[in-house]
Amino acid sequence: MNGVAELTLWQIITAYLFVIIVLIITRSRGISRTKEIVLSSVRMTLQLVLAGYILVYILDHPNPFATIGIVALMEVFAIYTIIGKFKGILTGELKIVIALSMGLGAGSCLLYLILAVIGVNPWYDPQYFIPIAGMVIGNSMTGVSLAVKNLLDGMTTRKQWIEEALILGAAPREATSDIINRTFDSAIMPTINSMLGMGIIFLPGMMTGQILAGISPTTAIAYQIAIMLAILGSVAMTVILTLQMGYKTFFNREEQLV
Amino acid sequence: MEKEHNLFDFISVRYRDVIDIPNLSVGRGITTLFGPSGGGKTTILKMLNRMVSPTEGKIFYNSTPLVETNPVEHRRRVVMLSQNPVMFEGSIHDNLNAPFKFQKRPFPHDSAIYQVLESVGLDKNLKTTVNVLSGGEKQRLALARIILLQPEVFLLDEPSSALDADSADIVIETICHKARIEKKSIIMVTHSKTIARKYSDIIIRVAQGKITGQELNDERGS
Repeated sequence: MNGVAELTLWQIITAYLFVIIVLIITRSRGISRTKEIVLSSVRMTLQLVLAGYILVYILDHPNPFATIGIVALMEVFAIYTIIGKFKGILTGELKIVIALSMGLGAGSCLLYLILAVIGVNPWYDPQYFIPIAGMVIGNSMTGVSLAVKNLLDGMTTRKQWIEEALILGAAPREATSDIINRTFDSAIMPTINSMLGMGIIFLPGMMTGQILAGISPTTAIAYQIAIMLAILGSVAMTVILTLQMGYKTFFNREEQLV
Repeated sequence: MEKEHNLFDFISVRYRDVIDIPNLSVGRGITTLFGPSGGGKTTILKMLNRMVSPTEGKIFYNSTPLVETNPVEHRRRVVMLSQNPVMFEGSIHDNLNAPFKFQKRPFPHDSAIYQVLESVGLDKNLKTTVNVLSGGEKQRLALARIILLQPEVFLLDEPSSALDADSADIVIETICHKARIEKKSIIMVTHSKTIARKYSDIIIRVAQGKITGQELNDERGS
């Protein structure tokens, strides 16, 4: 394989032409998104530059505490992002459920992939741990966000349905099982759909990155398969944990809707 | 001979500013909660079904405090028919089976289902989707749904509100007759004096969240 072609600063700057094109389109159409486009482009650049320098340091100085610290930071950031999407709507209990689900679901899948499937040595090797954690946690965050949104919608729009079920002797678990099943289904569908299109409709980012970096496509594929399966497992685990613990927060000790 | 417990006892029961019942005993048989709309009758019924809990005081069922019973188990013994019952998606059959699914009980046989449907005057195929039913037919179906469950107590909230006078008479007479034969109790909310007089053993008058009177009904016809 050929080595990777390094991009110079000037080459990167020329890529900002895409931003200018978007700005021209939006301004000519009178769409007021200039501020957001500029801000997101600048933020993306600064965040990636910062992340790059931090990663260079961490990869050069592998340390279990640093690896765990960064993964924990990713988890915390993901949890805050989910909670932030539903500002003023979530109860304290539901926030705890989200945090626990993200920690347990994504954490266990990540550890299984790193330690049992890939067998990274030493186990805390940041070269593997950090990028894989980013993918697993990021996808789980998307799944949980979708699950929380649909759970809240379902519990609101089907409130009368649930009350009727309770009146007829259903336990909260039975009264909400339909909502839970539909929500679980809708939350994992994007992951399933992306797996269906993978390799044909699009090449996933990680695999593209590895190929660009000069790694053999067969190695890149092997990693992509393992990671994609871990993402599926993690999304399913975090979503089902969120739903299984989450529905209970809508009921009091008297098994009544609150 | 052992003294028969009251069905329900209320002791110093309050629910927010809505209900204030210092003392009330409801015996077995057919009891009507009678009074004007907005007087708190439905809230009392919901307290008996444990869909609402008193903010103060205690309610006893067969002399056992409700708070010491499992709410779900209690709702299976004391089943409520809401004033505007919700239909589940699907057919008449699906709706009649739904509570059995919730309660993890074996589904009733079709012959038993047809018998109950006939008793409430709903002559429809079991595969009929509930969306095509009229308001009155839905109310009959909801009534059939709880009759099939054979609970100890029926709580009926305005069971005839969507029915014309003749149909209401037939349907209420059916369930009251059934309850008397099977020695089950009914507590029924109504603002119809005719229904209260015709079917109840006891009439409890409710207004502005308080019990304003309780009388034995000597005029009962059935």
